[in-house]
Parts: sequence; structure tokens; C-alpha cells
Amino acid sequence: MVAAEETYKALELSSGWFLENAWLIALIPAVAFALIIAFGKKMPFKGAEFGLVSIGASLVIATGAGIQWMQRTDSADHGGEAAQGAFNGIRGALRAAEGAEAEPFIEPVVSQWVWWQNSGLEFGIGSHIDGLSILLLWLVAFISLLVQVFSLDYVRGDRRYTHFFAALTLFSSGMLVMVMASNTVQLILGWEIMGLCSFMLIGHWWEDAYNSHSALKAFFTVRVGDVGLLIGVAILFFGSNQWAVDNLGSNGFDIRAIQAWALSGDGSSWTLLMASVTLFIAAIGKSGQFPFHTWLPDAMAGPTPVSSLLHSSTMVVAGVFLVARIYPVFWEGFNIANGGLSFIAIIGGITIVIAALLAFVQDDIKKVLAYSTVSQLGYMMLGLGTGAWLPAVFHVFTHAFFKCCLFLAAGSISHSGSHHSFDMKKDMGGLRKFMPITFGAWCVSTLALTGVIPFAGFWSKDEIIDNVGDAGYTFLFWVGLFGAALTAMYMTRATYLTFFGEPRGAAAGIHLDDDHGYATEHRETLVTAATIDRKLVSVGAAPQSLGAAAAHGDHDDHDGDHGDHHDDHHDDHGPHESGKLILVPIVILAVLALTSGFANPTPLAGDALGLNLGEGVELVKKYVEPRPEAVSLDIAAGHAGESLQLLEPGGFVPQSESGGEGEGAKKTGCGRSTPEVGTVCYFPAVSHAVPTLSKILLSLGVVAMGYAAAIGFCIAFYKNKHPKLVGLTERSRIARSGYLFLKNKYYLDALYQNVFVYFVSRPLAKATYWFNQNVIDAAVDGVGAGGKRAGEFVYKNIDQKLVDGAVNASGTIASETGHGLQPIQSGRVNHYASLLFGAAAVGAIVLVILNVS
Amino acid sequence: MLAVNFLLLAAVLFCIGVFGVIARRNAVMVLMSIELILNAVNLNLIAFALMNNNQEGHVFALYVIAIAAAEVGVGLAMVLMIYRNRKSIALDELSEMKG
Amino acid sequence: MNALILAADNVNVAQNIAFGVIATVMIFAAFSVVTTKNVVHAALYLVVVLAGVAAQYILAAAEFVAVSQVMVYIGAVMVLFLFGIMLTRAQIGKEEGLNNKGWQLGIPVALLLFGLMAYVIVDTFEDQVITEVTPFPTEGIADQVLSPFLVPFLAISFVLLAAAIGAIVLARKD
Repeated sequence: MVAAEETYKALELSSGWFLENAWLIALIPAVAFALIIAFGKKMPFKGAEFGLVSIGASLVIATGAGIQWMQRTDSADHGGEAAQGAFNGIRGALRAAEGAEAEPFIEPVVSQWVWWQNSGLEFGIGSHIDGLSILLLWLVAFISLLVQVFSLDYVRGDRRYTHFFAALTLFSSGMLVMVMASNTVQLILGWEIMGLCSFMLIGHWWEDAYNSHSALKAFFTVRVGDVGLLIGVAILFFGSNQWAVDNLGSNGFDIRAIQAWALSGDGSSWTLLMASVTLFIAAIGKSGQFPFHTWLPDAMAGPTPVSSLLHSSTMVVAGVFLVARIYPVFWEGFNIANGGLSFIAIIGGITIVIAALLAFVQDDIKKVLAYSTVSQLGYMMLGLGTGAWLPAVFHVFTHAFFKCCLFLAAGSISHSGSHHSFDMKKDMGGLRKFMPITFGAWCVSTLALTGVIPFAGFWSKDEIIDNVGDAGYTFLFWVGLFGAALTAMYMTRATYLTFFGEPRGAAAGIHLDDDHGYATEHRETLVTAATIDRKLVSVGAAPQSLGAAAAHGDHDDHDGDHGDHHDDHHDDHGPHESGKLILVPIVILAVLALTSGFANPTPLAGDALGLNLGEGVELVKKYVEPRPEAVSLDIAAGHAGESLQLLEPGGFVPQSESGGEGEGAKKTGCGRSTPEVGTVCYFPAVSHAVPTLSKILLSLGVVAMGYAAAIGFCIAFYKNKHPKLVGLTERSRIARSGYLFLKNKYYLDALYQNVFVYFVSRPLAKATYWFNQNVIDAAVDGVGAGGKRAGEFVYKNIDQKLVDGAVNASGTIASETGHGLQPIQSGRVNHYASLLFGAAAVGAIVLVILNVS
Repeated sequence: MLAVNFLLLAAVLFCIGVFGVIARRNAVMVLMSIELILNAVNLNLIAFALMNNNQEGHVFALYVIAIAAAEVGVGLAMVLMIYRNRKSIALDELSEMKG
Repeated sequence: MNALILAADNVNVAQNIAFGVIATVMIFAAFSVVTTKNVVHAALYLVVVLAGVAAQYILAAAEFVAVSQVMVYIGAVMVLFLFGIMLTRAQIGKEEGLNNKGWQLGIPVALLLFGLMAYVIVDTFEDQVITEVTPFPTEGIADQVLSPFLVPFLAISFVLLAAAIGAIVLARKD
């Protein structure tokens, strides 16, 4: 049954055991999940060992596969050059026309099993390994492993410890399944597994109503988007199936078929547009883009490792991955190639700014990071929406490290520094002295997040902004820069409140109540002016005593809610550094936050740094980005020995060449311009911006300005309590309304809850009731009255005389017959049996006679 | 061998089973008669498989055997319950459904 | 496989004789099942009928079904029947009143059915002779069960599960 597609013959690409057995990467955690559920509680480490070992094994295989993928790419680049002309005419001709610059397309390694067949349609499950899959497989396995190590200590003693690890492992499995999906059905499978695990993990401490509410909110909000995914997959299937069957021998669920179909010009632009819009709605839901971003900050109700793994570094990039995976669909559907202002770019741009602004008014450190995540996801979408595929994917890669590190650091703070509180204003401050390692890691990651050279974020985020500007989206370019400055500001604020200044609340060792800091105000209620005043007074005027008092007054109802998952800390209430199991993952991630950018450094920026980076340093560009070369169809279908399947004449509709093309697209024949007959493309020719020193300096300058402004503000407001700043929201109407607007999250939740839900439940219901009472009932009454009169007439003349007679007669007949037949219904089984068989025999005899005669 | 041999044998068994179902008063005996009927059907299935030279009849004969096992299990459980409740398994005493 | 060759041979006297002998024994035993006055004897006669059916399966080249028949019917179902007889305190020995009052009604019904079926069978197949049977490997059954007839197979597994649970529920003493 293994229908492993033969690898690309003509170029003799190397393959290997790891590449062909990459499906093990997802299977091993799935098996481990079953083992944890079945035997976890009986094991010495309560099931955690299954999770760690399985993810470790996956990481090893993913690493092996990554190395072999690099070898495969190298073999194409070196070994293929001599061979290509002789083996493949079309290829040779194309390459000759393009000149030596074009790099050969690297055939993905696909191994697939058919698990369901229906009227010739084969549903497969398997692995589709190319650079993008490898990158994310390795990333997910790596981050999962670190987070599981972190969790060993963080959730120790939790009452659902085993289930926690089971869900984490299942999540990893689901994400890996999705990342390696060879068809859209498998993609949906992984996507939904992740949604389920997200729900389970956010609601891990479901005893608290807020947590279970958040879990439901996350689940339902994402579900709204999932409808888009289903519809989009259906549109793609019906659009591409016939073409895929005719040309590739696969079907419309196949990822590669969809990619090739989208670029072939076979589908109408309307179909592609509809598919793009519906699929992007799914991505909006999953990746927390505006206007569905509201679930992601609430998802922080889950344990910190969950926030770190699912809701910052891996699961939420699933939407980005979806767009990146079937990028040709979006490329054509939104006409990204011609510089159309795409839906994706607009949503991404909006998200960057609104999420960054929201991060300013959060007191919960995890919520700051959550909005930061939303904002960074906006960057990725912005990149994808403007053709900057590579920087966007690279930003997924680097962002995972530093954002995961930030979350783990926040977890470390709450675990050891602030007595399980995440409230920066009440329970933190001055922690840099107590937690130097956490502080160091936090700083490195913050610098990476804000895009300071040479930290990881610079190489990816500035690339996105640079490419956006290069592609001609000037406004979005400035939006990106503005977002970068905002990032620097809110991260400075968070850093200052957490690590600098005087210790407050739990960080100062004050525990007036025994709520263990999990008490957070119920964020679902709208913040009013009165509550702001109280908070400002408590923070601004007398931080220690009033902050603690406010905590005490607000949260009595939470006592004892979480009394059972950190019993080991009751003896040690002062802030201190966390244990090794927590610190080691954080330090590893911090190191990667510093260095991972050098996986794809821009040569020019390297020069600016004084590093001598050659041409071949852009590893991600070389190994991950699919090459936009047209490959001939017989090879693509895996039938290297068969004759070339030529397309029907109408198969490729030449598209008009527009004037605004970039340089790269013309050379390859992919994307906007049509490939040669008999060839397909799997990836459009995206252009890459050439970085210039002035742009680098501009973005660094913007970030530096952001830092300077924020540091100045923090010192003035939080330290010196500058009289003009403190209490500004009380004095100034504008400042107050702006603060309230942000504090209430643009009233989006209120909009969803009070307008949509309310409208459906109240006025609509009322209107329906009114309509029911006054229109339908009146009609019914009228009909009834008329009917009554008619009825009286009928009763007197027809009913009594004619009908009654007939009815009475039939009743009498039925009654008499019943009495006559009564003996047959004897209640005895044997009688019934004889009647049954006898009647059957008689009936059969009748049939036989009819047949014979 | 004539094809009708098997079929006629099955028909005889079937009719004897039908007679048993109608004539017997003891519930266990009725169940036995039903087994006869089922075996007659199985014999038919095998015979047709032989005549048509394929194996589908065998498969369905196996299915019928499985169903018959389930039927006997449930049937005897019911008989036992009836016996517990009424101290009798005579079917003609169970005529509460009489119209 | 030998039985198969016999079945394929349309002039094989031995096979026809074997069929006749077994059929005679079966008909006699089946008749005894429905007429004997001893419940335990009826069960034992039923064993004879079932064993005869298994033998006929072998003649018809269905070894696997024959083995299943022996194991399921003679091994399991008959034990169930004997348990059922014992648990309902049937008399060991002759028993009056095993038949209904109106048992004679069964005779015309059975005869009518038999006449009908015999006519139809003979009319349809007359002197069709079974010839040339290609051997059926047992793995063929496995192929059939697990691919084209998988859904009924699953359905049957559910039926068996339901029957097992139902039998327990019905027979419990509370």
C-alpha cells in the first residue's frame, strides 16, 4: 500500500531514511499520548517520561531529516547541473533561457498511505517533506521538548499532572501531523487536534469559572474560523480536482496538486479569490488576527507552559503555516504578484498596530506577551500578504524561540518570584536582583523581539518590513515601523514593571490573602472609570500597602481555588531564582534568541556589523524556500518512465503580463506568467528585497526612539511619579477615554457579546414574537373565524347528513370486522408463526403462478 | 452431483423447522427449531456458492453462524427470565398480548 | 481439497452416496427434534443434524465454514441449549405436553411450504449439474470479509456485543 512517490529521477536527488520515514515524527507522540492515557498514572514520573522520550525521539528524527534535506538540496545544486541538460529537454531549455542563476526545483519527499477510497477518490495520510515542513517539524519538536522539560518542575504536584502531559504530547502530535500534511484532509485533522488540545489545556484548571470560560471562548472563536477552512478546502477540491486528475494523477485534496493548480491558470480568479478569503478566515481565527484576536489573550488562563508552547510559538502560527503552505492559492487569489493590496496584508497591518496598543494597558505580564504575539503574527501575515514569503516563515522560526523564552521567563517569575501571580503592578518589581538568570534571558529575548541587531528578531522582522517597502506598499511599510517602535515601548514598560523599581506585593514577600496569586479580576466585565481610579491610586501613590490591600479586597472569592498545585512552595514565600529544570530551557531558548537569526542573515547587514558573511549564508533561503522553477509534468507525477503527459490546448490560459512585475518572476515562468505547456510550478517567484544600509539604520533608529521614549516615560511615571503624568487619566478626558478604549479591548468583546449575541437573543427574539403574535396569529385567527363560519354551514348540511352516515357505516364495518378477526390475535406465538409461514407460502404461490403464466 | 440435492435437503430442513416452531410448546424447543431453519439457510448459501463458483456464500454463512450464536444467547436469556418470573416456559401461557 | 475434487466430479458415485446417507440421517434426526417427547433427546438429535450439516459443507468444498459450524454450533450453541434445558428444570425423561394444542396446524403449513419450495427449486435448476469448481483458498474468505464485506462484518461485531450485553442484562437476578 505504500505509494511512496519516487523522487526526482532526472536530477538524482539524494534521499534518506529520515526523509522517507518522517511520518514517524508525528506518529511517535501520538503513540506516547495513548501510553500516557493508559499507563501514565502508574509510571514513576506519572507519564511525563513518555512525553519527553517521544518528543525527544521526534526531535532526533526531525534533525536527521533536516540534515538529509540539506544534502538533498546540495545534491541538486551540484550533481544536477551537469546532468540536467542531458536528462530533460524542457528543463534544460528552461534553464538555458533563464541563465545560470535559477536554482533547480527540489522535489519534496512524499510518502503516503491510502486509508479510504471512495469512487476513485483516494484519501491519503502521509508525509510531505520539503523545506517548510522540515523547518517547522524541527521547530515544533524542539520547542515541545523544552516546554515539557520546563513543565516537569512547573506543574509538579498538579492534580491533573498526567493529563497535562498527555494533552501536551497530543498537541505536539497534532501540530506535527498538520505540518507534514500531504493533503488538505490531513491538514484539517491536525488543525482540529490542535484546537481540541488548546481547549483542554486552557481549561486545565477548569474549577475556576474564568478558565473554563476562556477555554470555551478560544474554542468557539477558532471554530468560527474553522468553518472557513472547511469551505476553503471544499472550494479548492472542486476547483482543482479535475485538473489534478488529468495532469498529475492525484486529486484535489493533494497539497502539491493544489499548489500546481493555483499557478497553472486553470482555475478562475474568482474561485481562487473565494478559496483565499475563506482559508484566510481560518487563518485569522487560528492565528489570532484582527478581529478574532480576542481569544488569544484570554487563552493565557492556561498554565504558562501551555501559553508558551501553544499560544505563542507553535499552534498560533498554524494559520501562518496554512497560508505559507498553499501560498500559490493566495498568491494568485489575492493577486499579490501584481502588488494588489491584499486582504492578508491589510489584516496583518491592522493587527500589528491594534495589538501593540493593547499591550500598553495590560497589567498581566502574560497578557502583554499575548498581545505581543498577536502583533508579531500580524507581521508574519503582513509579510505573506505582500509577497515576503521567506521573511515571514523565517519570522515564525525566530519568533518561536524568543517568544517561548519570554513566556517561560514569565512562568519562572510567577513560579518563584511573585508567588503565582502574573500581575506586574501588584506583585512584581525589582526582581532582577532575585532572579538574575531569568532577567538575563528576558532581556535577550526582549531585544530579539524588538528587532535590535544582532538579535534574532532583527534578521526576520526587519526583513519583513524591508520587503514590504520594497514591494511598493509604502503605507504598510510605515505601519510596520510604527509597530516596531510600539513593540520596543511596551516591552520596556513590561521589563521595567517586572524587574526594576521597588518590589511590590508578592515580590516583596507580602501575602495578605491566601489566593496564591491566581486571582485575576474578571476581565469580562467592562472597566469603568471608577475602577481605573482605584487602580491608579493603588499603583501610583503608595504601591506597597495599597496594592496589597486592593488585591485583598478584590479577590476574596478565589481563596483555595488553586491550593493544590504548588504545595512545595509554602515554606518559601520570598522571591528567588527558579530550579534547574526551569532555567535550562529558558537559557537554551535565550541563546537561540540571540543566535537563530544567523540562520538567514542578510549579507549586507552582516557587512554593516563587520562580519564577513559570504553569499551562501542565507541558509533558510537556500534550503527552505521552494524554488520557482517549472518542472515537467511526468516527473512531477512520479511517472518518470512514462511519456510526457501534455496538457490539453486550453489547459494553460496565458495570462496578461502586467507592467508591475518584479525581476524574478519573468525569468522562471512561474506565478503571473504562464509556464510552458507540459510543465507545472509549485511555487511562485517571489521577489527579495535588497537591504540597504539606510533602511537598516532607519528601522534601528525607530526602535531606538521607541526604547528611549519608553524608558523616559517609565522612569518619569513609575519611578519619579511625575506630577503631570500621574493621574492623567483622571484629569484629561481624552486620555481617560483613550485608556478606557484600550482597556476594554476596543470594545470588541462587548461588541460580540452585547451586540451580536444580544441582538440575536433579545430584539430579534422580540421581533419574532411580535410578528408571531400580530401577524401570524392574526392570520390564524382570521382563518379560524372564517373557518368556523364555513364549518357551521358544512356541519349542518354536509357533515351531519352525508359524512356522518359514511363514517358511521365505516365505523360499524370496522368494528364488526375487528370482532370477527379477534380470535386470530390469540397472543400465542405459535399461532402467529403458523399464520406468518402460511401467509408467506400463499403469497409465494401467488407469485409463482403469476410468473409461470 | 445435481444442484437440486442440496437445495432440496435445505428445503426439507426448513420445513421441519417451521413445523417445530408452530407445533412446539416449550420455548427451548422452539429455539432449537429456529436453529434448524437457520442451518437450512446456511446450507442454501453454501450450495449457491458452489454453483456460482465464488466464495461470497461462505462469508455470509459465517455471518449467519455468528448471528445465530447471538440469537441463541439472547433467546435463552429471555427464556431464563421468563422462567424466573412465571415458573414456566410454556409459550401458550404467555398470551397477554391477546386482543 | 479431496472433497473439492469429489464435488467437482459429476459422475462420482461415492459422493452422491455419501450425500444421500448423510441427508437421510439428517432428515431423520431433524424430524426427531421436532417430534420427540424428551427435551434432552431433542437437543442430542439437534447435534446430529448440525454435524450432518457440517459434513455437507465439506462435501460442498466449504471446509472453513464446516469447521466453524462444528466449533460454534456443536461446541458452543449446544452447550447453551443444554444449560437452558437444565436451568428451566425440564424433566429428564419423557414429558407430556411438549406440543401445543393446535400443533396439527403445523403439518399443512410445512407441507405447503415444502411443496412450494420443491416445485420452485426443481423448476429452476432441474438437472443443472455442478461442474468444475476452482479451489477456494481459506484466505479468500479473509479477503472477502475484510474488504468487500467489511461493513457487515463490523455490524455483526456490534450485534454480538449487544447480544452479549443484552443476555447479561436479561439473565441477571436483580
